[in-house]
Amino acid sequence: MAQGAITDDTVPRGRAWDRFSIRTKRVIWAWAFLALPIIFYGWIRFYPTFQAFWISFTDWDILKPAQFVGLENYDKLVHDPQFWKVFRNTFTYLIVGTPISLVIAFLVAYYLDRVRFMHGFIRALYFLPFLTTAAALAWVWRWIYQPVPVGLINGLLSQFGIPQQPFLKSTTQGLPAIMVTAIWAGLGFQVIIFLAGLRAIPSTYYEAARIDGLGEGAILRKITLPLLKPTTVFLVVFSSIGFLRIFDSVYNMTSNDPGGPLGSTKPIVLMIYQTAFSSFDMGYAAAQTVVLFTILLIVSLLQLFVLRNR
Amino acid sequence: MRNRFMLAGLAAGISLLTLGAAQAVEIEYWQYAYETRVTAMDQLIANFEKANPDITVKQTTFPYDDYQTRVIAAKAAGQGPDVLQLFYGWLDKFQSGGVLQPLSPTAFPHDAIEADFFPIVTAMKRGDDYYGLPTAVRSLALFYNKKLFEEAGLDPSKPPQTLDELVAAAVATAKHDAAGNLISEGITMDMAGQDHQWWREVLTRQFGGVPYSDDYRTVKYGEKGGVEALKFYTDLQTEQKVGQTGFMDEGQAAFRGGMAAMTIDGTFRLGSFKTIDQFEWGVTELPANADGTRSNYASYFANGIGASAQGEELAAAEKFLAYVSSPEAMQIWLDVVGELPARKSAALTEKNLADPILSPFLKALDYAHTTQFVDEAGQRQVAIDMANRVLLEGQSPADSVAEAATAEQAIIDAAAK
Repeated sequence: MAQGAITDDTVPRGRAWDRFSIRTKRVIWAWAFLALPIIFYGWIRFYPTFQAFWISFTDWDILKPAQFVGLENYDKLVHDPQFWKVFRNTFTYLIVGTPISLVIAFLVAYYLDRVRFMHGFIRALYFLPFLTTAAALAWVWRWIYQPVPVGLINGLLSQFGIPQQPFLKSTTQGLPAIMVTAIWAGLGFQVIIFLAGLRAIPSTYYEAARIDGLGEGAILRKITLPLLKPTTVFLVVFSSIGFLRIFDSVYNMTSNDPGGPLGSTKPIVLMIYQTAFSSFDMGYAAAQTVVLFTILLIVSLLQLFVLRNR
Repeated sequence: MRNRFMLAGLAAGISLLTLGAAQAVEIEYWQYAYETRVTAMDQLIANFEKANPDITVKQTTFPYDDYQTRVIAAKAAGQGPDVLQLFYGWLDKFQSGGVLQPLSPTAFPHDAIEADFFPIVTAMKRGDDYYGLPTAVRSLALFYNKKLFEEAGLDPSKPPQTLDELVAAAVATAKHDAAGNLISEGITMDMAGQDHQWWREVLTRQFGGVPYSDDYRTVKYGEKGGVEALKFYTDLQTEQKVGQTGFMDEGQAAFRGGMAAMTIDGTFRLGSFKTIDQFEWGVTELPANADGTRSNYASYFANGIGASAQGEELAAAEKFLAYVSSPEAMQIWLDVVGELPARKSAALTEKNLADPILSPFLKALDYAHTTQFVDEAGQRQVAIDMANRVLLEGQSPADSVAEAATAEQAIIDAAAK
């Protein structure tokens, strides 16, 4: 094949190709290699995304051909109390979960950075949950939260004579119970990133500050935190998107009544999943997806704007 | 180079041709993956192929959670199976979506179907056509732990026969620790399991109401019976404290683990409970009310013929469907899977009626009802939420039932649109 190509087209192709500078040739090659993933991505990601926008204006249920219904799905969404509940849940996961997880991760990283003794081992312990399958974690926690004969926490509580807590079976404790596990599962990753960020701050700044007689608190406020900003921005965006898309831990921890009692732990992604794959109401599910997409876009842009470099 | 490709293509083409010539008709059968069901179907296919050497049947299975999606997606892609298994409650969706074709009345005469099968078979009828036939049917019964009965001083050969006796037995067998926490249930409470069927088709009727209008298009439990039935159910947790939603996660898990004296479950649980070796258990009919009224919920998976089957394949599919709904197939299904035969003659044999485990389920088929769901998961969720509003939010049963009736009516109306 290769031989044939050269003997057949060397003359015309060679001339045109030789006119390009090495720089241009490099760009062409780079684009040639990049084209494959771009086409693949465009076809498998972006095309379905645009398709979802279209489906959200139809009443498609997989079986019958889709019919254009205008804004009917969005109208239904606005008047669906279930959607607002789910909307509230999702933002609770986001607004409570993100700051708590970041503060804990920073504190752990800040002090772990100073620990020399068994540093690698402790770091590995924090990172371990991140390596474990989310579904497996969720099922273990599901049993930890059970009432007495089985549940670990309730077993401990009853030994101290404290009344049992319903945890996942409660409309008020369910969401915090799930959030704790989600924060715990993601902590390792955030700690590692913060540690890397802390290590990247040149030690000369600290030395200079100490010579000038600054206290630890002032060093933290004036040097560490400002220089850690790119890391923080990345983690805030990353963790926010994670909480907005929370699904697997909720689904696995409450699978016999998905989304907890009376939908008290149900996030928007679980509602989309149920609308699409148990009710097969694809149009309505697509409308919910578009709303989630918009929220994700706004939240990400807003955070990038607020935390931008001045 | 090019020649080599052509040769390869030719070879592939020839091998495809010879493959086609060797096998006269191949039909495809779909069901969800469940070990005993797949084994039983393998046996049925082997027997069928021996009797019909010109037909091969290919069995394909999918995980249960994925099964409906696969069927619907295959229909959308125009590549559905020739014969497929479906839950009777999915029929509306599958029929209106054109997944199934009606059974030809010449191959499957209606009067023969209605004479031979249990009356619940009519749930497969829409308009003048049948869309499938069951091999096996399922009903509910009360399972009880004989060891816990004995420990509580109850006679394990006399399980409760009325609702009052049920409550008394539950009170006697429930165990609490010093702090008042339930540590062993008298009766399991699991709306997400079979309890919603018990409440809907059994308790509501026993408290003087009907769950739905005869065509199952209007919710009626809000008018009469439903409130009292829900109060009876939730009182088990709030008043008598003999059960607790979410205890050991699932009702069947609590019973299996020997931490519940009674549970209401179906024939399909027999296989799993047969492996219990910690204690002996028994089965009895669902308790009657004070007037002696009994009811039950029966359901089944049926086999139907895919819309795409035509000509030779359709003829083969009809033959196969006739075989899998024959008395012989039903006996194999009973032996391997443990589900009750759907034909009266195959089910009500002396041997089956004398079986202490099978007979309570068989007796129930005479008075059982079959709810015609439009969205099984959605309607079940309504019942789960209804109980949770009372148990967790302290709403009154009357308000909760009224709210549930409105929500379920909306689901039914949306499906009819």
